[in-house]
Amino acid sequence: MRHCMSPLDFSVEEIDQLLDLATDIEHNPEKYSHACEGKKIATLFYEPSTRTRLSFETAMLNLGGKVIGFSSAQSSSAAKGESVSDTIRVISCFADIAAIRHPKEGAPYVASLVSKIPVINAGDGGHQHPTQTLTDLMTIRSIKGRLNNMTIGICGDLKFGRTVHSLISALVRYTGIRFILISPEELRIPDYVREDVLEKNNVPFKEVIRLEDALPDLDVLYMTRVQKERFFNEDDYVRMKDFYILDENKLQLAKKDCAILHPLPRVNEISVDVDKDPRACYFRQVQYGVYVRMALILTLLGVKVSC
Amino acid sequence: MLNVGQLNEGVVLDHIPAGKAMDIYKRLKLDRLDCQVAMIMHAHSNKMGEKDIIKVEAPLKKLNLDALGFIDHTITVNIIKDGQIVEKQKLRLPKKLVNVIHCKNPRCISTIEQGLDQVFYLADEEHEIYRCRYCDEQYRSSKKKG
Repeated sequence: MRHCMSPLDFSVEEIDQLLDLATDIEHNPEKYSHACEGKKIATLFYEPSTRTRLSFETAMLNLGGKVIGFSSAQSSSAAKGESVSDTIRVISCFADIAAIRHPKEGAPYVASLVSKIPVINAGDGGHQHPTQTLTDLMTIRSIKGRLNNMTIGICGDLKFGRTVHSLISALVRYTGIRFILISPEELRIPDYVREDVLEKNNVPFKEVIRLEDALPDLDVLYMTRVQKERFFNEDDYVRMKDFYILDENKLQLAKKDCAILHPLPRVNEISVDVDKDPRACYFRQVQYGVYVRMALILTLLGVKVSC
Repeated sequence: MLNVGQLNEGVVLDHIPAGKAMDIYKRLKLDRLDCQVAMIMHAHSNKMGEKDIIKVEAPLKKLNLDALGFIDHTITVNIIKDGQIVEKQKLRLPKKLVNVIHCKNPRCISTIEQGLDQVFYLADEEHEIYRCRYCDEQYRSSKKKG
């Protein structure tokens, strides 16, 4: 039995197969509409996350399956002090697959150690969020037609953003990838990502502060939110936050086919006037997230759909 | 000169950096062994100038060599039988540590889950870096920390 804890649990070939399946689902949704009939997903969300939970639930419903679960720790047995291990042992008796979000890092892994059903990590603290990374990969591949030979800009909070670290780790496995890392000094990429992931894999990258300096070179721009609570000094935050508001004026510096991604939620870092630009891909990204989760559920359950 | 009784059966941990014997005594939980333990600190050493030595009157299997390897894999482990050194065991950095160190990341599941072993794996042998199996929090071996 296989679980999904980190995007690196899958080889490049396996990710290709998963994304091929997700693409087939995108183009032939009716073919998969009964694939999981009689099966149930348990969405065990110990902290609120409307988007990710609804994406998993939509994915299972689209496959003809059913959904059980809870959306906060207060409405689960965790409020009574039940361990994660005990909860998944119980849920294993009810459902065929589980998606777990937990504020404690490693909680889905602990569940997978005793689970009788496949477990998907739906986000564990600041640690991993593999289905977001798979969504990002699917979005880039669908829009650009490839996952190699491109320059990817990542902008905003590169220090604390788990989606950023996971995406970099996943993309360095493809050839011809170059990164431009755009962040304020205070939110630069952590040393362990720079040294253990980028330098270790000889991936070309540069770090810049101004978004305008990077925009002309980018094939993909991955925007993230600069979070006020990360700054010790209010003045630094005020100074930096305006650097990273992407608007139509700045976007004029970008290539005609640059794809703009964002894991959402957006606050003000992408101006709403960018939404109508054909390069804005962040809402399509949400749709790709459903396809990729459908593909993941089918893969982990071992469900094959004949042509 | 200080004389400590000769060990007939047991283990001598030699070439311990001076001053670290007490740390090793605690980490190996030698106080819980039902046997004689002798600790010699700041002994003269041709190789090291000063060193510590621990003599334990217990079979090797009673000692957690993974913990010792994590603390300092350059320590010499001499196995004694009939008062003679019959084997010198080399220590290695263990690939996995179970319940030797605790994860200090307050966001790690190991801080709240009942009955969960504290598991670390060797992520980078050259730099002696371990990571928590649950949250990937990084730890350096005691020797590297200095």
